[in-house]
Amino acid sequence: MDFRTCVNIQKEWDIVGARQFGRDFSKKLGFGIVDQARIATAISELARNIYLYAGSGKICFDEVENVGSRGICIVAIDTGPGIKDISQVMEDGFSTSGGLGAGLPGVKRLMDEFDITSKTGEGTEIRVVKWVR
Amino acid sequence: MDALKLDLSHYRELLKQYINTQDESALYEAEQISKRSIQHNISLEEIINTHINALEDIYPELPENIQHSMSFLLEVMISYGLALQEFQDLRETQLEIKSEISVAARMQNTLLSTVKPDVEGFDIGVVSVPANQMNGDYHHFIHHEDGTVGITVADVIGKGIPAALCMSMIKYAMESFPSEHKNPSEILESLNRVVERNVDPSMFITMFYALFNPAASTISYSSAGHEPGFYYHAADDTFEEIRAKGVVLGVTDMAQYRQYEREIHAGDMIILLTDGVTECRQGDRFIESEEVLEVIKSFSHLSAQELVENVYKHFEKLQDFHLRDDFTLIIIKKDV
Ligand SMILES: Nc1ncnc2c1ncn2[C@@H]1O[C@H](COP(=O)(O)OP(=O)(O)OP(=O)(O)O)[C@@H](O)[C@H]1O
Ligand SMILES: [Mg+2]
Repeated sequence: MDFRTCVNIQKEWDIVGARQFGRDFSKKLGFGIVDQARIATAISELARNIYLYAGSGKICFDEVENVGSRGICIVAIDTGPGIKDISQVMEDGFSTSGGLGAGLPGVKRLMDEFDITSKTGEGTEIRVVKWVR
Repeated sequence: MDALKLDLSHYRELLKQYINTQDESALYEAEQISKRSIQHNISLEEIINTHINALEDIYPELPENIQHSMSFLLEVMISYGLALQEFQDLRETQLEIKSEISVAARMQNTLLSTVKPDVEGFDIGVVSVPANQMNGDYHHFIHHEDGTVGITVADVIGKGIPAALCMSMIKYAMESFPSEHKNPSEILESLNRVVERNVDPSMFITMFYALFNPAASTISYSSAGHEPGFYYHAADDTFEEIRAKGVVLGVTDMAQYRQYEREIHAGDMIILLTDGVTECRQGDRFIESEEVLEVIKSFSHLSAQELVENVYKHFEKLQDFHLRDDFTLIIIKKDV
């Protein structure tokens, strides 16, 4: 993953920048407008979590390939407080917005692959992939 | 993510027809599309996308500002679509939970099953119906070798699964008591210690325990805060409350229970119940216990089993076939 591009998240405004970058990138990769909108929403959720809970971090973008299909890989990285109970966070209805489909379970639904690693006190890394169909 | 896509050409033709004619039949068909989409898990944003594509097919010269407005709508709907998906997933989970509960309820029925005693000179009837799937009421008959019968009626304050789990524990605790342990007061005292030690303090159990001696035609009993039963005197056609003092199980570890005894005369009835019977409601109104007794009296010419079943049916109907609490009623009639 050499050519990965990252957008730093420090201010709320940076969330918009990350969305914009992700949308342009996914358009270039050949995603239709529905998937572009889904990807942008997933980026929003990830970036907002960084902004709210970690203070700062970054969202990195990469093109991925797998037996003939292309996709977008998005990694959200921060060195914030980390998530103590990941299974609980991934449960529907747990997020503070209270079961409106958003939050991390929503990100998982919007994307094809979802992977999270987090250590309390060290930070969180969430990697998601969506394939062009 | 989208297992199925909407049929774009069908949608386009329909949309065209509607734009040209404003025909109700096209709208009716649109309703069908909407329903089919839900059935096939087609997401909200996918439907809007189909609409945009159809529109662009019909009007290749669609003004750019309209196109942008459609993209805007799509974006607005993404979170709605997600919420809907979550809702569908939760509905599936709910169905799973429901079926698990019904398995648990069946297990409970097997675990807590009991055989109604068949004793000479007496006629006994029992109904116990849960308000929901799991019963928080409990009744049990213990057939002793000397011909006496232990009768338990209990109610866990609280309903549903926790109550049911609690009842299974009570049953096994009682089975572990030595068989010469028959006195109602002793049994409640032992049980009280078990409950005090093992059951969550937020849970309360009331229990009426009776030792019925058909040969001597007597019944001795103790109560742990349980809904009082009634004694029917055939001689003067009156009911008397069976009062027994005693604290609810599990509140203090040193609880003591008084034991009472009475003789049962020909034609008399012993009525044991839970508060699901006496606290039946008609609309917002709690019925009075006199009403329960009136109803019992009106069916008293029937056999004990028919009697309790008819009383149950009466109150089931009175509550619009929707029990608010578990309902348990036991009637012991002495033959005339
Ligand atoms: N990057 C992160 N660092 C630390 N904690 C996080 C991070 N992301 C999420 N969390 C924790 O996980 C919880 C769940 O996050 P999620 O995004 O699912 O829901 P939410 O942010 O609470 O509400 P919503 O996103 O629906 O407005 C958060 O409340 C937060 O405690
Ligand atoms: Mg969030």
